[in-house]
Amino acid sequence: MKLDRVLQYSQAYNFFQWVFGKHAPEPGVVFLSQRRVYILPTRHGLIFGVALILMLIGSINYNLSLGYVLTFLLAGLGIVSILHTFRNLAHLYVSAGRVAPVFAGDTAQFELVLENKSDFDRHSLDLTCRGTKVSCNAPAHQHCSVVIPVKAGKRGWLQLERVTVDTRFPLGMMRAWSYVQPDMRALVYPRPDSAPLPPAHAEADAGDSVSSGAGTDDFAGLRPYQTSDSPHHVAWKSSARSELLLTKLFAGRTASELWFDWDSLPAGMLTEARLARLARWVVLAEERSLRYGLKLPGVNVPLGEGFPHRDRCLKELALYHG
Amino acid sequence: MADPRNAEPLPLPPFALLITGAALTVASHTLWLPYWVDAAAAALLIWRAIASIRGAALPARWLLILLTFGGAVGVFFSYRTIMGRDPGVTMLVLLLFLKLLETRARRDVFVVAFLVYFVALANFFYSQSIPIAGLMLLTVLVTTTALVGFSAPQRPVLEDLKTAGRMLAQAGPVMLLLFFLFPRVQGPLWGMPQDAYSGVNGLSDTMSPGSISSLSLSDAIAFRVKFETELPPRTRLYWRGPVLSDFDGRTWRVGLPQLRRNMSVEAAGSPADYEVTLEPHNRNWMFALEMPTRIPPNARLTSEYLVISPTPIRSRMRYEMRSYPQFQAPSGANPEDLAQALGLPRGVNPRARTLASEWRESLPDNAAIVRRAVEFFRGSRFEYTLQPPLLGENSVDEFLFDAKQGFCEHFASSFVFLMRAAGVPARVVTGYQGGDTNPVDGYMVVRQADAHAWAEVWLAGGGWTRVDPTAAAIPVRVELGITAAAPAGQSLLMRTNLNWLKGLRNNWEALTNQWNQWVLGYNPDRQREMLAWLGVRQPNWETMTLMLFWSVAGVLLLTGLWLLRGIRRGDAVQRAWLRFCDKLAREGLARARAEGPLDYASRVARTLPASEDSARAIAALYVDQRYGPDPDARSIARLKRLVREFSP
Repeated sequence: MKLDRVLQYSQAYNFFQWVFGKHAPEPGVVFLSQRRVYILPTRHGLIFGVALILMLIGSINYNLSLGYVLTFLLAGLGIVSILHTFRNLAHLYVSAGRVAPVFAGDTAQFELVLENKSDFDRHSLDLTCRGTKVSCNAPAHQHCSVVIPVKAGKRGWLQLERVTVDTRFPLGMMRAWSYVQPDMRALVYPRPDSAPLPPAHAEADAGDSVSSGAGTDDFAGLRPYQTSDSPHHVAWKSSARSELLLTKLFAGRTASELWFDWDSLPAGMLTEARLARLARWVVLAEERSLRYGLKLPGVNVPLGEGFPHRDRCLKELALYHG
Repeated sequence: MADPRNAEPLPLPPFALLITGAALTVASHTLWLPYWVDAAAAALLIWRAIASIRGAALPARWLLILLTFGGAVGVFFSYRTIMGRDPGVTMLVLLLFLKLLETRARRDVFVVAFLVYFVALANFFYSQSIPIAGLMLLTVLVTTTALVGFSAPQRPVLEDLKTAGRMLAQAGPVMLLLFFLFPRVQGPLWGMPQDAYSGVNGLSDTMSPGSISSLSLSDAIAFRVKFETELPPRTRLYWRGPVLSDFDGRTWRVGLPQLRRNMSVEAAGSPADYEVTLEPHNRNWMFALEMPTRIPPNARLTSEYLVISPTPIRSRMRYEMRSYPQFQAPSGANPEDLAQALGLPRGVNPRARTLASEWRESLPDNAAIVRRAVEFFRGSRFEYTLQPPLLGENSVDEFLFDAKQGFCEHFASSFVFLMRAAGVPARVVTGYQGGDTNPVDGYMVVRQADAHAWAEVWLAGGGWTRVDPTAAAIPVRVELGITAAAPAGQSLLMRTNLNWLKGLRNNWEALTNQWNQWVLGYNPDRQREMLAWLGVRQPNWETMTLMLFWSVAGVLLLTGLWLLRGIRRGDAVQRAWLRFCDKLAREGLARARAEGPLDYASRVARTLPASEDSARAIAALYVDQRYGPDPDARSIARLKRLVREFSP
C-alpha cells in the first residue's frame, strides 16, 4: 500500500490510528519519534492565552510600552514552553519490563522502562493506563522504570492496553503526549476458592499406584536434606549430631503425593469453579511441600514439587480452554 | 475534569516562591494603595505563610466570600466608586491575596500566577521606570520558577530557577520581535476612566500664590531638548507655556485663546533648531522656546503664541521646532486682546493702584512706565523664597510693600497688576526657565523645578515684550538657575553640589533618556520610522503580520534546534538498525519480537536471496557495534551507508 506508507509520516493520520484504529502491540523498544508526539495547550494554557489578550488590550488602551514588553515576554514564554514540553517527551525509548503472574482479582504490576538517551533530564513523565496514573523522571542517559498497576479481571493472558505517556513540564500550559502499546502481557491465574485440601486417599485411589511411597504419618528414617524439603521435616536434633542437615522420612497410608483431577470434581461444577478449586489445591499443596500432579482434559502435568512446578500447574489452569 | 493532581498537597518550595512573586508584584503598589489595603494584604500574606509552614487548615469558603465582599465595600468607601483604574487595581490586589488563602491545588496556582502577571502589568500605570521594569522582570522570573516547580515537584529549586531563567532568555528574542514588529495602534481604544492620568503633574491653566513654588520642589523631568544648532544663552531659555490673562484678585487663569493662522514673529539673530521630548502632562500645550516660528505639522499656534496639540498629551511625545530667542512679536494684539490685557478686579490692592497711577501721571509713555516698574523691582530688596508667607485678600499690596518675600508667581502677578493698573496691557506667561545639559548624552533636561512665571507687556513699537520681574529683583535666578537662587537650607531635592553625585545622576538620566526614546517612546510613528529604515516603505497590516510571522518562526526554529541539539546523540547505530528494520517491515518482513539480529538476517536471506549479502553484512556490523567495544566513526559510517543503500 503506497498510500499507507505516505500517511505514516502524517501526524494526524497517526493520531487517528491510535485513537480510533486498532493498534497492534509493538514488540521491542518503542521509540517516541516526533511523528507520534502530539502537543496541545492545556486548559490553563488556554486561559493564559486569554489573559495575554486582555493584557495586550490594556497595554494598547493605556499606551503602556512596558505593558507590551511584559505581554510579549509572557507570550514568548508560552511559545517557548511548547518547545520545552515537546522536547521533554520526544525521542524517548519505551520498552517492556517484567510483569509477574497474578491471581484473578489481584493487580498485575506491569513494569515499563523509559530510557532517556538524550543529554538533558526529562521530568514529570506521566503514564496512564485505564485511568491509573504513575509518574517518573528520566535523568539524562539513564533508565527509569515505572510500574503500572492494572487490575486483573479474568484468568488467562492480560494484555497491557494502550498507555498514554504525557508530560506538562515545565509550565503546565502545554501537554505533550504519545500513545504506546508495548507487547506485554501478564499471566492471570484463576482465583483460588476457599476449599480445604482433599483427603489424600481419595486422590490415591484415583491416582497412579505410586501412592505407597512417602507419607507423613509414621517415621521411616532419615535422608540428606534437599532444597525442596519442607523445613518442618528437618530432623534438627539428628542434624546437630551429624555433619549434614537431615530430613525425616515418613511412611504411611496417607500419601504425600496428590493428584488433582478435573474429573474427580462433582459433575455439576462449572468450568471456572473447577479451575478455582484446582488452583486452590495447587496453592495449598505447594504450601505444605507436597508432591502433586494435575490432570485436566487433554493436559497432564506429572508429579512434582517446588515453585516452577506450581507455576506450571497454575499456568495450565489459567490457559485452560474447555 | 477531575485531575488527580488537584488533590495532591502543594509542594512547599514552589509555593514559597509563588508567595514571593505576589509580594514583589504588589511591592510598588503599596506606595499609593490606601493604608488599609496595604495592611490587609500584609495580614493575608502572613496568614497564608503561617498556614503553609504549620500545615494548618485554610479558612472556610464562606469566610473568604465574606472577606471579598468586605474588600469590595472598603474599596467603595475609599474611592466612592468601584469603577475606574485605581479601584480596579486595588480590587485586583485584594483578590490576589484572597486567592492565595484559597490556594489548595494546582489549578489555583495558575489563577494566582495569572493574577500576579496582571498586577505586574498594572504597575506600569504608575511608573514605567527602569527600576520598576527590573522589579517586574524579577517578579516574572520568580513566578515562572514557581510554575516550573509545581510541574516537577521534588526538583531542587535552583534547577527550577535555571529552567525558568533559560526559558525567559529564550522568550527574549520573541519578545523583541513582537515588540518592534507587532502592528502598533495608538490608544486609547475606548474612553478612558476619568482617573487614568491623575498621577501626572506639571503646569496648570491657573496660577495662584504657591502653585509654582510647589512645583519647584519636584525634581521630575518636564521635557528634554536636543539642540541641533548652538545652545542659546541661559538668560534666553524661556520655554513658553500657558498664558494667563484673567485675574480675579487671587488667581490667574487662561483667557480664551484663539487659533490664528498668521502669527508673525520678527526675528533678530540666528534661529535655534531643536527636538523636544515632552513627558505626558495631560494638557494640550507643547512647550517651545520663545518665540517659535516653525511648529510640528499637526500642532497649532494660538493668538498668545502658545503651541497646542489637538489632543491632550498623554504619552511621551517628540517634536521638532525652530525658534528665534531674539525676537519681536507684534501679532495677537487686536482690540479685544488688549482690552483683556487691561482687566482688573475692583477694589483690591489700593496701594499698588496708587503707585501705578503715580507712574501713569508722571511718566510720558508705556515704555517708560515699564522701565520704572523694573527699577522698582530691582531696588526694593525682595527676597526669593520657596516658603513665602501667607497672603490675605490684597495679595499684591502685601507682597510689594509688607512681606517682600515671594516666588516667581508673586513677582509676575504683582508686576502685571501694576502694569494693568497703570494702563499698560500686560499678561502673565507661565512656563519653564533654564535647563541643565547632561554632559553624558548632550540632552538638555528641563525639570518641574524650573517652572517659572514672567510677564509680557504690549508696547506700541515692539509688540508683546517679555519682562521678567523675578530676573530684575533676583538676577541669579535666571543667570544661574533656581539652585543658586533659592537660599541655602531650603533644600531642592537632589540639587546637590557634590560632583560625583552629579556625575552618577547624569549617567542615570542619560540611560533613562535612551530608555524613554527607545522603549517607552516606541509608538506607531517610531515603528514606521524603523520599518522605513529597514526598507519597508509603506507598511500595512499584511506585510507587518507576514514579517512578524516569519521572523518569529525563524527565531523559534533556531531556538528549537538549540534545544533539541542533544536529543539523539550516541545512538546512530540503533537508528541505522531501526531504519533497516523499517525498510523490511514495509515489505512484510517485520522482525519478530524475540528474533536476534543474526537470525533475522538469515530469515531475510532465505526470503529475499537477492539481498542476502547486504542483510547479513548489516546484521553483523550491528551486532559488532552494539555489543562489541565502542565502535569507531568509520564503521558507524559504513553501517549507515549500507542501510541507506539497502533496498529489499
